[in-house]
Amino acid sequence: MASISSREAFTRPLIKDNPIMIQILGICSSLAVSSNMKTALVMGIAVTAVVSFSNLIISSIRKYIPNSVRIIVQMTVIASLVIVVDQLLKAFSYELSKQLSVFVGLIITNCIVMGRAEAFAMKYEPVPSFFDGLGNGVGYALVLCILGAVREIFGSGTFFGLELMKTVNNGGWYVPNGLMLMPPCAFFLIGLLIWLSNQLTKTEVKPEYDTSRKDAS
Amino acid sequence: MLLYDLCKKVEPLFSAGGKLEKLAPIYEGTATFLFEQGNVTKNTKTHIRDNADFKRLIIMVFFAVFPCMFWGWFNIGSQTIAAMANHPELVEKAYSLFSADYHFALVKLLGGSLASDAGLYSKMLIGAVHFLPIYLVSFGVGAFWELLFCIVRKHEVNEGLFVTSILFALIVPPTIPLWQVALGISFGVIIGKELFGGTGRNFMNPALVGRAFLFFAYPAQISGDKVWVPVDGFSGATPLSHFAQTGDLGYSTTDVLLGNIPGCIGEGSTIGILIGGLALILMGVASWRIVFGGIVGVVLTALLFNYIGSDTNHMFALDPVKHLILGGFAFGIFFMATDPVTAAFTSKGKIAYGLLIGFMVVLIRVINPAYPEGVMLAILFANCFAPLFDYVVTQANINRRQKLAARVATKVGGN
Repeated sequence: MASISSREAFTRPLIKDNPIMIQILGICSSLAVSSNMKTALVMGIAVTAVVSFSNLIISSIRKYIPNSVRIIVQMTVIASLVIVVDQLLKAFSYELSKQLSVFVGLIITNCIVMGRAEAFAMKYEPVPSFFDGLGNGVGYALVLCILGAVREIFGSGTFFGLELMKTVNNGGWYVPNGLMLMPPCAFFLIGLLIWLSNQLTKTEVKPEYDTSRKDAS
Repeated sequence: MLLYDLCKKVEPLFSAGGKLEKLAPIYEGTATFLFEQGNVTKNTKTHIRDNADFKRLIIMVFFAVFPCMFWGWFNIGSQTIAAMANHPELVEKAYSLFSADYHFALVKLLGGSLASDAGLYSKMLIGAVHFLPIYLVSFGVGAFWELLFCIVRKHEVNEGLFVTSILFALIVPPTIPLWQVALGISFGVIIGKELFGGTGRNFMNPALVGRAFLFFAYPAQISGDKVWVPVDGFSGATPLSHFAQTGDLGYSTTDVLLGNIPGCIGEGSTIGILIGGLALILMGVASWRIVFGGIVGVVLTALLFNYIGSDTNHMFALDPVKHLILGGFAFGIFFMATDPVTAAFTSKGKIAYGLLIGFMVVLIRVINPAYPEGVMLAILFANCFAPLFDYVVTQANINRRQKLAARVATKVGGN
């Protein structure tokens, strides 16, 4: 029986094993909802809630789940949690839930949730599993918020809807960058983030070819 | 020779162990730009080292765009003069720009005139004061990034940037704000080229990547009707979008062929492009297969759309020849699609690559109402497919030869 401290389970997925930057999971939703801070933050919180509690529940019942139907059991747990989150959002913040549209419902198919349930919660005790889910959720939310901040500030000159730079259309000086509001832009930004995190953590993969050209004559 | 002596004098500073060792790429780039490389082939008596290395090839492209660049200057000038002559109400405004707008202030300072009888000098001057700042910014900012990456990664600097920067400056409208030029070329050089390992390893044309960035980020300054002529408030559609809206070019075929039309700086004159482009093909720098494939692709697709026809979309009726001479097709196919790094490199692959560009150009022009012009996207699209074409061609060759070898082997075995 493998064991891991709750602290490590929580901190590892924040940067070093970040679900978006390192595991490259949950890309679809992060492209779609990161065009402004508000949706990015809410989506981050929703995923964090779902993944941490699904890890907790699945880990507590892991010894009673028959191996052959484990995916279905996991899906049932995750789907119930997603419905709870979706209903909560609709009840307390209807406008936001309309902006997030299908993407809250699609947390069910978010690879991070299934991946953590299958890879972590099925093997470890409930408490570390909960913290692993929390760490992965926060890691996801972190990247989402960075994307959301960059895209909202440069794409519409605002931050959480507050005006930072007055745009040309409102008589100001800032020309909004339309590309920032398009989903493909999040691809570039995620790529640059991966580059940055690789530089910082020095986990660079050695290239297949030597890229320095000292030998070229 | 003075310059050469100077080069030799400072060389020790930059070589390994010297004071400025880290800045070696700058020295290397300058010295080999000015003089030929000092390398000779050793240990053999039969080989001649051709001076036409990559640097010399790439600089040919730089010179080949000069005809359309100079025509571009003249055209900006004559478009400006014509716009002012035909719209007297704008003249007041334009003259008031003399103090505010540095372009026109410069024209006045250098003795140019904006009157309707302005001569060649004034027209060229108007073009030059619009083009040169764009070019200088794109070269300066591009060179900064290129040198930065070269120093960090210890690459050699090469002339790829000369071509990228001048091509980039020629495919933007004359009115583009200079900070957008800087952003665009930065995106093109960093994301389009250096991230993939620098010159020779990029899979997309950096100048086009930069333009695509601007096109999606700031569509108001790079498309539409107001950006092609540098007179405030003047609205002049390019012939292509004019045709898309009304079913009429608004210009005679001669004007289109010569380039007396509003558009991006360098793309106007088909004649000017042909002069440079054919020279490149004759020198063997550009591949005739790509150009040939592109032209055939455009003609076939355009004929197909002519045949289908449409009551609501005028572009279906545009004939193939017009497709070839309008918009940026000629410029793109001669100078940008033929970039040896991003094109296919097998002979059959080149033709397929050209065909795909031609097909996509017409498809985007005709079918997509959002984009009157599709050359940029077509070339970027084909850039992505180039490695696939090469793979298919080489695999087919390998299979054919293996079959041949197997047949020979069985025959020999049978005997």
